[in-house]
Amino acid sequence: MPNEKKKCEHYEKFKIYRDKILALGNDSLEKTIAIALSLCLVCAIFVSFAAVALKPLQIHNKELDMKKNILDVAGLLEEGKDIDTEFAEKIEAKLVNLETGDYVEGMDVAQYDQRKAAKDPAQSIAIPKDKDIAHIRVKAKVAKVFLVKEGGVIKSIILPVHGYGLWSTLYGFLSLEADGQTVQSINFYDQAETPGLGGEVVNPNWRALWKGKKVYAETEQPSLEKGLIAEAEIGEPAISLIKGVVDNSKPGSQYQVDGLAGATLTSTGVTNLVRYWMSKEGFAPYIAKVRAGGKS
Amino acid sequence: MSEILNDETKKVLVEPLVDNNPITLQVLGICSALAVTSQMSTSLIMALALTLVTAFSSAAISAIRNHIPSSIRIIVQMIIIASLVIVVDQVLKAFAYEVSKQLSVFVGLIITNCIVMGRAEGYAMKNPPLESFMDGIGNGLGYSLILIVVAFFRELFGSGKLLGIEIIKLSKDGGWYDPNGLMLLPPSAFFIIGLIIWGVRQWKPKQVEKADFKIMSIAHGEGGHH
Repeated sequence: MPNEKKKCEHYEKFKIYRDKILALGNDSLEKTIAIALSLCLVCAIFVSFAAVALKPLQIHNKELDMKKNILDVAGLLEEGKDIDTEFAEKIEAKLVNLETGDYVEGMDVAQYDQRKAAKDPAQSIAIPKDKDIAHIRVKAKVAKVFLVKEGGVIKSIILPVHGYGLWSTLYGFLSLEADGQTVQSINFYDQAETPGLGGEVVNPNWRALWKGKKVYAETEQPSLEKGLIAEAEIGEPAISLIKGVVDNSKPGSQYQVDGLAGATLTSTGVTNLVRYWMSKEGFAPYIAKVRAGGKS
Repeated sequence: MSEILNDETKKVLVEPLVDNNPITLQVLGICSALAVTSQMSTSLIMALALTLVTAFSSAAISAIRNHIPSSIRIIVQMIIIASLVIVVDQVLKAFAYEVSKQLSVFVGLIITNCIVMGRAEGYAMKNPPLESFMDGIGNGLGYSLILIVVAFFRELFGSGKLLGIEIIKLSKDGGWYDPNGLMLLPPSAFFIIGLIIWGVRQWKPKQVEKADFKIMSIAHGEGGHH
């Protein structure tokens, strides 16, 4: 067994060298370098082992969280049911070209990550400053939308939205009925607004206020006496968060949602990001095509 | 058990709970105590993470303490602490995803938590691994104790809940309690920690620091001139 013997020899040599180094004075240059190098090596192996070993679990957690949020915004989240199978059965992911509003064929839907694409210059476009009301600077050319269908007919359209609030970029989903006009629900899965104030965007009670609200201004001008931002033209997104509580008897209240108490800037941010993504810059071309043909 | 826990290990394990608490006496680690205590669940996970990091980093540093060159002493400590913190962060992301989302950057910030560095430099560099490990656990538990007490008051009075379970029905849901919004903001932890420090020092007057200088009374001062 020459190989084993050779190994042994190497180990003996290593041991002699190691003892030599350890016997040196702690402040000698050689020992300082040797300790620094070997410590870094050990720590690097330790950290990379943990990171690599746990990666699959972490990715799974992230995907599960995303699926949970999509089911939640579609109103399909039920306690005790397996999220993976529920998602696979009820939700259909589609890629949409934001400029034309057409579905994109020939790209792998499951692999496409819109947030990553927004950071890639080849797959994104810069937003002109005057149009960038959501303060996001760039957007991906292709968006990943989710559809809930029953017997081939679209039941809800789930659109990814994001924009800047007070401290953080809020990432969420807006779920619309098949008319592309009536809101079903909204939720934010990634945000870092002030807990208890702006952070209340995740509060189920507040989110429930969105149900049944209309996105686009119809014939009449919505009354915006208490609105936080400018009024909208007909056909433009008119939905906004207002200061205080919405008076449902007033005309225009169908476009208004209660603002978050004590969080004016987060409320303005949410209004802006929803308006941005529902405008011609965002999903308006796609919504128009869904209304026209419902083809999918 | 009694053999493992000799007097020294017992002392380093129990003393940091009240007599030498890292937060109330040493006033270390305040930053994260303000940030993560709005809920009990995040505080518990944070406390556990910090206790483990302090214990294992102290043990590791103590194990190689005789070979650490003094010129790169702090860097060596930081590397060991940082590696442990990264691993803790990865484990949380894999097994407690919801909580890790809420804790966000604060797990990473354990690296700069003064308690961990303080114990490494102040204890582990001079004592054997087992005692250092126990010292880390003890100080971690002292930190945990304060964190949990603060979180108890903040979650109860800020959102009427404990560990996410409703205790007091809020007025917006038809109950009688109007939550105290201040409790949800970090400054409230300052007040609670201040009150705890005051309480502990009333109970154990030995912890009161001696004043750096004495203010002379006017009568006394004038007397000096005459």
